[in-house]
Amino acid sequence: MSELPTSWCGQSVERVEDAALLTGRGRFIDDLGVRPGTLHAAILRSPHAHAKIVAIRADAARALPGVAAVILAEDVTALPASLVVGVKAPIECWPIATDRVRYVGEPVAVVVAASRYIAEDALDLIEVDYQTLPAVVDPLAALDGTQPILHDGLRSNLASERRFRYGDPERAFAEATHRIAVTIKYPRNSCTPMETYGLIAEYDAGEDAYDVTANFMGPFSLHAVMARALKVPGNRFRLRTPPDSGGSFGVKQGVFPYIVLMGIAARVAGRPVKWVEDRLEHLAASVSATNRVTTLRAAVDADGRVRALDWNQIEDVGAHIRAPEPATLYRMHGNLGGAYDIRNIAVRNRVVLTNKAPTGLNRGFGGPQVYYALERLMQRIAVILKLDPADVIRRNLVPSGAFPYRTATGAIYDSGDYPLAFEKALTDGGYAALRQRQAEARAQGRLYGIGMTAAIEPSVSNMGYITTVLTPEERRKAGPKNGAQATATIALDPVGSVSVHVSSVPQGQGHRTVLSQIVADALGLKPSDVRVVAELDTGRDAWSIASGNYSSRFAAAVGGAAHLAAEKIKAKLAKIAAAQLNVPPEEIEFAGGRARARGNPDNNVAFGRLAATSHWSPGLVPEENQALRETVFWSPPQLTPPSENDEINSSLCHGFIFDFCGVEIDRVTGALRIDKYVTMHDCGRILHPGMVEGQITGGFAHAVGAALYEEYSYGPDGSFQTGTFADYLVPTTMEVPTPVILHIETPSPFTPLGTKGVGEGNCMSTPVCLANAAADALGASDIDLPLTPAKLAALFHPAEAAPPATVRPQPVKTGKGRALQGQGQAQANAAPADVWRMLLDPKTLEAIIPGCHGVEKLSDTHFRADVTLGVGPVTGRYRADIKLSDLDEPKAVTLSGTVTGALGDAKGAGHITLTPTDTGGALLAYEYDAEIGGKVASIGGRLLDGAAKIVIRQFFEALARHTGGPARTGLFARLFGRGA
Amino acid sequence: MHRLSADRRHRVRFTLNGKPVEADAEPRMLLTDFLRHELGQTGTHVGCEHGVCGACTIEIDGVPARACLTLAVQADGATIRTVEGLAPEPGRLSVLQDAFRRHHALQCGFCTAGILMSLDGYLRRHSAPTEAELREFLGGHLCRCTGYTPILAAALDAAKTLREVPAHA
Amino acid sequence: MKPARFDYQRADTLAEVHAALAEYGNDARVMAGGQTLMPMLSMRLARPKLLVDIMHLPELARIEADAKVIRIGAGVRQAELLAWPELAQRQPLLASALPWVGHAQTRSRGTVCGSVAHADPSAELPLAMLALDGSIELSAGRKRRSVTAQDFFTGMMSTARGHDELIEAVSIPTRRAGTGTAFAEFGRRHGDFAIVACAAVVAADRVTLAVGGVGDKPERRDFPALDGGALDDALNAFAWDLDARDDLHATAAYRRELVRRMGRDTIEEARRCIA
Repeated sequence: MSELPTSWCGQSVERVEDAALLTGRGRFIDDLGVRPGTLHAAILRSPHAHAKIVAIRADAARALPGVAAVILAEDVTALPASLVVGVKAPIECWPIATDRVRYVGEPVAVVVAASRYIAEDALDLIEVDYQTLPAVVDPLAALDGTQPILHDGLRSNLASERRFRYGDPERAFAEATHRIAVTIKYPRNSCTPMETYGLIAEYDAGEDAYDVTANFMGPFSLHAVMARALKVPGNRFRLRTPPDSGGSFGVKQGVFPYIVLMGIAARVAGRPVKWVEDRLEHLAASVSATNRVTTLRAAVDADGRVRALDWNQIEDVGAHIRAPEPATLYRMHGNLGGAYDIRNIAVRNRVVLTNKAPTGLNRGFGGPQVYYALERLMQRIAVILKLDPADVIRRNLVPSGAFPYRTATGAIYDSGDYPLAFEKALTDGGYAALRQRQAEARAQGRLYGIGMTAAIEPSVSNMGYITTVLTPEERRKAGPKNGAQATATIALDPVGSVSVHVSSVPQGQGHRTVLSQIVADALGLKPSDVRVVAELDTGRDAWSIASGNYSSRFAAAVGGAAHLAAEKIKAKLAKIAAAQLNVPPEEIEFAGGRARARGNPDNNVAFGRLAATSHWSPGLVPEENQALRETVFWSPPQLTPPSENDEINSSLCHGFIFDFCGVEIDRVTGALRIDKYVTMHDCGRILHPGMVEGQITGGFAHAVGAALYEEYSYGPDGSFQTGTFADYLVPTTMEVPTPVILHIETPSPFTPLGTKGVGEGNCMSTPVCLANAAADALGASDIDLPLTPAKLAALFHPAEAAPPATVRPQPVKTGKGRALQGQGQAQANAAPADVWRMLLDPKTLEAIIPGCHGVEKLSDTHFRADVTLGVGPVTGRYRADIKLSDLDEPKAVTLSGTVTGALGDAKGAGHITLTPTDTGGALLAYEYDAEIGGKVASIGGRLLDGAAKIVIRQFFEALARHTGGPARTGLFARLFGRGA
Repeated sequence: MHRLSADRRHRVRFTLNGKPVEADAEPRMLLTDFLRHELGQTGTHVGCEHGVCGACTIEIDGVPARACLTLAVQADGATIRTVEGLAPEPGRLSVLQDAFRRHHALQCGFCTAGILMSLDGYLRRHSAPTEAELREFLGGHLCRCTGYTPILAAALDAAKTLREVPAHA
Repeated sequence: MKPARFDYQRADTLAEVHAALAEYGNDARVMAGGQTLMPMLSMRLARPKLLVDIMHLPELARIEADAKVIRIGAGVRQAELLAWPELAQRQPLLASALPWVGHAQTRSRGTVCGSVAHADPSAELPLAMLALDGSIELSAGRKRRSVTAQDFFTGMMSTARGHDELIEAVSIPTRRAGTGTAFAEFGRRHGDFAIVACAAVVAADRVTLAVGGVGDKPERRDFPALDGGALDDALNAFAWDLDARDDLHATAAYRRELVRRMGRDTIEEARRCIA
């Protein structure tokens, strides 16, 4: 027998998942076969941020060959109930827009057809009349009382407000030497997994039961929400997951409204329905992290010691409070003091609704927003008090030996030695050398900054933390919620081989590998002896509301449950072995694939033979000792509901992170280069160093994206501006450096294996660490993400050189999104009065409007036209509705109106003046102002200015030509080269 | 060649991983859909369908190509390699695949096929790439799990092995 | 995200291409590498009735060069030009600009002429064409004409190409003795659309600077050999003339500042390369 390691845990064994994934044999949702007759769905989505749906005409779509059904809001609202909303407010949340659309991308209709291609053809044939409404975009403005209210049941867009008070913050602020504050606006972003949402839904009318396979990641508490929405008991809603899922990072929680929607589509169509989200749908309408406006104040002693914090957080959850929101705001509630020993904390939390996509789980979940405020504040304290930021952190850390440490807001920090990890990071990471490097760079006139961050990484969420949003009285009525049930099943088959099932639903984290290590260790086997299944079937498997893959719960909770299940079955096997080997059960040990008597290894039995015993010879084994299959449900006792004083242990485990970095900002471009990044982690016991490293480098890359590149951007009218991967910028190998990773290990006393989560920490710590470094480099006090080159350059580029006298002043730019403005002029070879008549004559307009298929005159000043517009290959058919006003014949007129079509819509106004020229002609001068929304604004925003310019230029070119005026391209290039 | 009409399916034939294959496609069918749903080769993944993410990268006539930016009918007569053709035999991995496994250069595995197909050809043409060259080359792929560090390590390691034991390629 | 229906024709002769374009006009699209057209088809931004695939015409797949000009056929892929051993010596500006076009995985399929045809205002190849006095060879049936880059790019994704015309090739003058060239680009990420791209061609007595990514098309300015403050003033005037706009990725003021600074750096780099 070859010498085997004493423990598989702690080794970077090769992953069992990889052979299939590397050879193209993964089984992702879109790789699974479907039943014959399965239909394919496509979704018509709102081009508007906020609009009333006046009418939908779908007959042409229904008539298209290959289309099986078109599902509209009435089909949805007729069948199930609204999705449950997590706050006490009269708000409904449907998986499809009912009376109003409230964000760009909100589903309006579903087509199910023989193929996705045909389904999309049918979407083109559905006509929707919208009456647009003003959009609420800015979360602060959403609160000011002047904005439209998004939901009829509410009196404002404030969906929830709670205040909390721990210790005596008022006194601490009154007594403090310094009161220092930051206000930050954390932007929207998302971890955008490479695989989008996908599902296959089926409805059995005979049993009134739904069967859905989806790349959902949990939490399975949402199973209850979905079943309720479909109006069936849980046992008639079978939800399954595919064996492989292409990343999630929280995001695939958000497939759940589509599970309901497509369940209904399958029911209406009477056939199975498959839907795979495309990337444009994903970016516009899947799920985003919340954007948040936070003002955080600190009461600070002269030496930088923080005595109290006062949090004022305004959370923007988008158009609906979709479950489990507003969880993002409460996940960090127990650790609002970060890594610091701060006993006095005041909190005001508000949740607002805006015309943006609904928010949901996203790696870091609440951490990036909280630490951005807290750690910017710590840096500001250092700057204002002229201290080394390392000293400010050092003075405030929870001291060594204080664990388990109860925070002011109720968390129990399970284990750690923060000062040790911090000092070790500074030493091993080379902080002194980095300061030296910075000094040298600055001596050369370079913009070099150093940032740092300490953070607590919570993991294994308490399912009750979200109820902190309710008042104690509301909680009493609703009944206490708490815990984090983890599940593992171990089965022995008739040849004695070991199978494990868990309800952890991995999306690439290698759960099957780590579980095989854990169980192999417990049973004295090799990992290859243990086969693990990690997909979930709610109709067959053991699961609970905490099942799923989120809050970095795997290593701590699921791994622990598997360990306990293995120990349970081992205890029974030991009793069987004891009887066979004639020693007491306590004397049995499991090693090298055998059970043996301690101290007498020759007295042994092969594991497989022992494990098969209860199948083949149950008569020889007392029933209570029979080892066949053991399921363990484990929930840690420390996860209690919120107290009457709103203290909440929001997570079971609390890892420690300390990061520091050096960045250089290019003096020409403002581009930020990460010169060095050091990240220290204490995530408790490490089961698989390679995977822990992968979680850290992966989280770090997401954080670099959030810090420097990624933002879901909305225009002032709520139009969505980052609808492709060419606009939503995910970092590549060129942008993500390799961080220096350091560890200490202080095992958690609260988890069976001493492990904690590690998957999200850098998403929390790294964005603010980089921002602190940028602020240091530039001496900036206010700095928001993403740190784009233009934004950073604006902080240090000198005032712009004035235009030379020969250059016409630029038109004033609003600089906020998709508002287009322009001006220009044209020379017509006809008198103003003649040009005036042409402008008001439908026949002339028909001839001169580019791509016009006909003009209908509704009144003397109201026209409707059908036009094909476009530049290059990008063309589309539009309906234009134009009104003339401010008529000052023949000198001036204002044209205003709307243009709508499949590629987008525009509304705007143009003012035209006609001035007679010396030669008997007219000079046409025009200026325009337009807002463009819809598909083309989301995916082709870059092209809009130029496209609008060309279309308008074509119009005046044609008008001039019509008057017999100059129309040669060269001349027009000169006339319009600078205008339009 | 005659014009292929929009609303009919047409026979498309090409060589896939050394074997002739054929199936029918409308002119508008993307090669990704053709490979996955007509030929059942689901190893090529669809990540963005607009040519940015690189998950669908395959090899067409010896050069890397985004399958999502290719029509099935364009591929008629071509020689195509996909991730299913990388391993020398069932149960064995190629040098590159094995390096990915040893370095944990994949997590969810969704972007992996495209990266492997890009690198497989690249390492045949560039036997001793530097990390900087690999970073630039792999800039045409998005991975959301790994942070790229282990992918670069695996690629460098594979290049080294291939230099030492070229027969393994 | 699937294309609408279209007919597809793999052309075996140039005459077939011309006939198809004459028949369909603007409803036909020439398909070369497809790296820009395909996303537009899948997003249904473009809905042609006919796609004409020109990648199986050997006469279009050639790079030809004489002492004065490099002629690049419509079937030549960007990677093929980049790999052409004579490129750096015959036209170093093109050799510097090409690696900035997309990524290796798209250059392998995308064509030089396709990028020119598309006329993206941020694209590198139209910019290089403009800086280098390149010209575009158009044909429609037996009619042929050559249009200078200056006249060819007319606006956002708009060119002087007639709907019935095929871009058969582009011609780019080879490097002239006594000139130096340089190319610089800044984007959010490597491979992204340029926020600002600069191409400079300098000789002892004159400077040409072309700028992409700022206006609706690449723009070019010719100066005498200026230095110091005079060059600053000229660049400032050029920057203000470009009609920069704010967008998601950068403000207009930022773009103008990059034109001034990168423009100057690029010109200086080109001067160092005079040979």
